Amino acid sequence: MIDPLLTALVVFVLAAFIGFEVINKVPPTLHTPLMSGSNAISGIAIIGAVLVTVGGNINWVNALGFVAIVLATINVVGGFMVTDRMLQMFRKKKASS
Amino acid sequence: MTSSILDNGIELSYLIAASLFIVGLKQLGSPATARKGNVIASVGMLLAIVATLLYQTPMNFPLILAGILIGSLIGTITAQRIEMTAMPEMVGLFNGLGGGASTLIAVAEFQRLLSVGEAPTLASMITILLSIFIGGITLTGSLVAFGKLQGIIGGSPIIFPLQRIVSIGLAVLFLVGSVFLLVETTSEPVFMTLLSIALLLGILFAIPVGGADMPVAIALLNSFSGLAASAAGFVLMNDMLIIAGALVGASGIILTQIMCRAMNRSLFYVLFSAFSKTTTAVNIATAEHAERTVNSVDAEEAAMMLGYAKSVVIVPGYGMAVAQAQHTARELADQLERLGVEVKYAIHPVAGRMPGHMNVLLAEANVPYPQLYDMDDINTEFGNVDVALVVGANDVVNPAARNDQNSPIYGMPILDVDKAHHTIVIKRGLNPGFAGVQNELFFENKTMMLFGNAKNVLTDLVGSVKQL
Repeated sequence: MIDPLLTALVVFVLAAFIGFEVINKVPPTLHTPLMSGSNAISGIAIIGAVLVTVGGNINWVNALGFVAIVLATINVVGGFMVTDRMLQMFRKKKASS
Repeated sequence: MTSSILDNGIELSYLIAASLFIVGLKQLGSPATARKGNVIASVGMLLAIVATLLYQTPMNFPLILAGILIGSLIGTITAQRIEMTAMPEMVGLFNGLGGGASTLIAVAEFQRLLSVGEAPTLASMITILLSIFIGGITLTGSLVAFGKLQGIIGGSPIIFPLQRIVSIGLAVLFLVGSVFLLVETTSEPVFMTLLSIALLLGILFAIPVGGADMPVAIALLNSFSGLAASAAGFVLMNDMLIIAGALVGASGIILTQIMCRAMNRSLFYVLFSAFSKTTTAVNIATAEHAERTVNSVDAEEAAMMLGYAKSVVIVPGYGMAVAQAQHTARELADQLERLGVEVKYAIHPVAGRMPGHMNVLLAEANVPYPQLYDMDDINTEFGNVDVALVVGANDVVNPAARNDQNSPIYGMPILDVDKAHHTIVIKRGLNPGFAGVQNELFFENKTMMLFGNAKNVLTDLVGSVKQL
């Protein structure tokens, strides 16, 4: 049986390599949107926050989980929305206005 | 049996979500597909969240839904209200939120292990400590960066004696405390001390960062926010978090490298030496230039030069962002184009306070992105440019970076505006830029200084050009 920690490490390293390959060569125009978009993805912590918020009673663990959910959701929702707002401004041709 | 179907279901959902993240990020790399890429990534996120909510039991549904609702509300309002000029602050703050969430997850998991009276395994303790370390630094580092960008904390680097030694000492202390926690007992006070050390290290990381280092720091914190999510993934042994976090971590590192290269500095140098040595250089430089004169022009004369030029290159910098002058700059470009002048924009990679800052502002002002030129593409052209119009940029156009080996910015690639036939510099005063270095460009014969707030000066220019 392989140590789950080792499996997790394999997943991490491979994903990092994919990240490097996929994101290399991004034009400067897109640096900010890429940053805010990828930042929204780091809001994936929301899943971790959901997973630790277990049990019905009010206790320390749930309180921490709740705050984590709020923070991560702001990150996810705000991040994707603001990226979209930014990207809709990027135009190839001058708007007719 | 049922549980294995559930497990497979959630794993499959995660696999699809991870694929959507990768495709989304790939598409974010090209202007034509970027918007679609962002949507694809957000669909991946939605899938991952819904799958987790459907499959995971037991969980506290009312509490979770309340958290998601509150978070969505705040996120939506912020995203819609935020000014484009405040984008660096927002990105800075959001990096911190991700880091904060990851830290809280690790602390919650630690508390849960304590409350069930279960002795944490070595592996879970290591991952928890790693998670609070990265997450804690990301959280406070981002908050300080946010405070600096927002002007709550002074924007200039804060440096105190022995800063580096204090930081290293704290890091060592964290390591020692971790080892103690791992081999001795699961002591809550020690754990909380370690958490505080991580938070303190984040502050120490960010306070020496000043204006021009900001793009590097923001990109690095972006990377950290991903790594923090990955670390939380190790704590919970959740592949989804690990993969998504690693992707973000990688993209942040790439951006950090690009920013460092644009400043000709190693990451280590930016992190650990700030521009601390330049204080003395400033004084010498200012004294040297005290009696030198500059050519200053008024808006009318500058408008004549611009209006009768064949080609004009506008070089925006942080000054344009501060004055929110991007719309006026575009108006001026429109007026010049009406007169048959060819207008281009030259963007230095570290102009402004975050990667791509100028591009976002000019996009907001409706400037088509093919009109924006990167440093490498435009530098060869400056020799044929009639007028280079520098709007609130300083260090990125300082020829000392090319000529003066003693200059702290020596070796940094710059926009060669001094090679244009004429250079007009819009600036509030002769103060040195962030790096604290006096700019030779201002004293050159073919440089005209146009003093004033970028927005007011540009408005005057637009008015004068209209009358040509």
